[in-house]
Amino acid sequence: MELGPYILLASLEGAVTAAVLALTAVGLSLVFGVMRVVNIAHGEFFMLGAVIAWYVANALSGHPAIGFFAALLIAPLLVGALAVAADMTILKRLDYDPERTIVATIGLLYILQQLTLMTYGPEARPVEAPFNTRIALPWVEWGESGLSFYYPWGLSTTSYKLAVIAAAAFVLLGVWAMMARTKLGLVMRATQADRDMALAFGIPVERVYAMVFGIGAGLAALAAVLIVPIQQAHYLMGADPLLLSFIVVIIGGLGSLPGTVVAAILIGLSDGIISVFFSPTLAKILATLLVGLVLVFRPQGLFGARAA
Amino acid sequence: MLELREIDAGYGRAQVLRSLSLSVAPGEILCLLGRNGAGKTTTMKAIMGLLPLMSGTVWLDGQQVNSLPAHDVPRAGIGYVPQGRRLFSGLSVSQNLEIGMMTRGSDRTVREEVLDLFPRLRERLDQPAQTLSGGEQQMLATARALCLRPKALLLDEPTEGLQPSMIEAIRQVIVRMRAAGVAILLVEQRVDAVLSVADRVAFIENGQNGETMSAEALRADHSIVDRYMGV
Repeated sequence: MELGPYILLASLEGAVTAAVLALTAVGLSLVFGVMRVVNIAHGEFFMLGAVIAWYVANALSGHPAIGFFAALLIAPLLVGALAVAADMTILKRLDYDPERTIVATIGLLYILQQLTLMTYGPEARPVEAPFNTRIALPWVEWGESGLSFYYPWGLSTTSYKLAVIAAAAFVLLGVWAMMARTKLGLVMRATQADRDMALAFGIPVERVYAMVFGIGAGLAALAAVLIVPIQQAHYLMGADPLLLSFIVVIIGGLGSLPGTVVAAILIGLSDGIISVFFSPTLAKILATLLVGLVLVFRPQGLFGARAA
Repeated sequence: MLELREIDAGYGRAQVLRSLSLSVAPGEILCLLGRNGAGKTTTMKAIMGLLPLMSGTVWLDGQQVNSLPAHDVPRAGIGYVPQGRRLFSGLSVSQNLEIGMMTRGSDRTVREEVLDLFPRLRERLDQPAQTLSGGEQQMLATARALCLRPKALLLDEPTEGLQPSMIEAIRQVIVRMRAAGVAILLVEQRVDAVLSVADRVAFIENGQNGETMSAEALRADHSIVDRYMGV
């Protein structure tokens, strides 16, 4: 096989990573943007989404699609509710102080991780995909009769992977519509712009914060449910999404949703391509290097507004 | 009637206001005068519930508002035009007004009335708030507060750094609000600007009440201004 098909294959893998990463990172970005809280436990909300998906899929018999779609609904709701509870019992009591919330969410990370280890156990468990048809992909070449299609061996993807990309794009559009077009989004953006003025204009900031923290965690859980048929649920699976989400959020510009999505696509695709041709470690090294460069040369991120 | 009864307030353990009392009647402009750091802005934040009171009470038309959570204070009918305008940046002019409209669920007609007061805003409805000129931003900050249909209006240095024509426009709106029966608490640095609109003037010194007098009396005897404001 020549180079072209490899790149297509790597890009497709990268696109799946990018889609899931975009969802996770948008959740983190939303929380940071509106609440100014750096949520170290974000990866654990992701992990919980995958673990709950396994429990739900296991509890429901019948066609795997039933369990999966139930998980798609239940896991984000449960994780979101847990995050709302964590906000009201922990973050609110710390007055959303930037430093103390970092320490508190580190604690939350270990609590969630260890509780999962104690109940769910150390195994990695798969959730069956609702559909998983192999789709062979064509490639073009110049033959004797001009341009022609052929199907190189090994160049394929699955219907499920394409569905993950589509689903992530759909949810991201939904998040954008919520922020740009709804009253809830307006209230969230006003709170982000000026917390005290939001209070002075009757916005119940504490309720907005609880909701944002819940939505952020729910997005991470949703991303995990989408990836769990490809990756398996494991109690330590939250570390990578957390690191990558931070990388994406910093590159995209803290609190900027379009920047986060663009950076997720950039990091996801390059992660896929570099992992296929070189090694996953090199991909992480380069991504982290990029963060360093962004922090030095454009601290506000690619899309972030410079602080006034 | 907006009434402060012996309020103590401050930041953390640093007390700024000491047993401060004020009252503003409907259709009256009370101007708060004092040196920098005397506690004028702190008074406004304390009324809005943005600073917890250490003691004392705040009343609006017989309703005790200092016991409400901060986001319910504006819903009782207090509009706030803060120092430095503090618009919701990133939101358009129209969206900034929308936030004001949502506070007390104002009727659509209120928005039209407010835009009639500030026709320049009508031309810029879709523009991001932070791209407006200083004067237009002040108009928007005022308009946003008027969208509440407030019973009491707090204005913190609304003419700071504006050109004379803008100052005049803001002044006229304040006077119209007084005619409409709004209780207006005004903080202003420039004494001459105050004397042309205020009904009464309350001096504040080190967070405590100074003299309170009618604006007329102050116009007649300027010396007291130097006592409280002189360097």
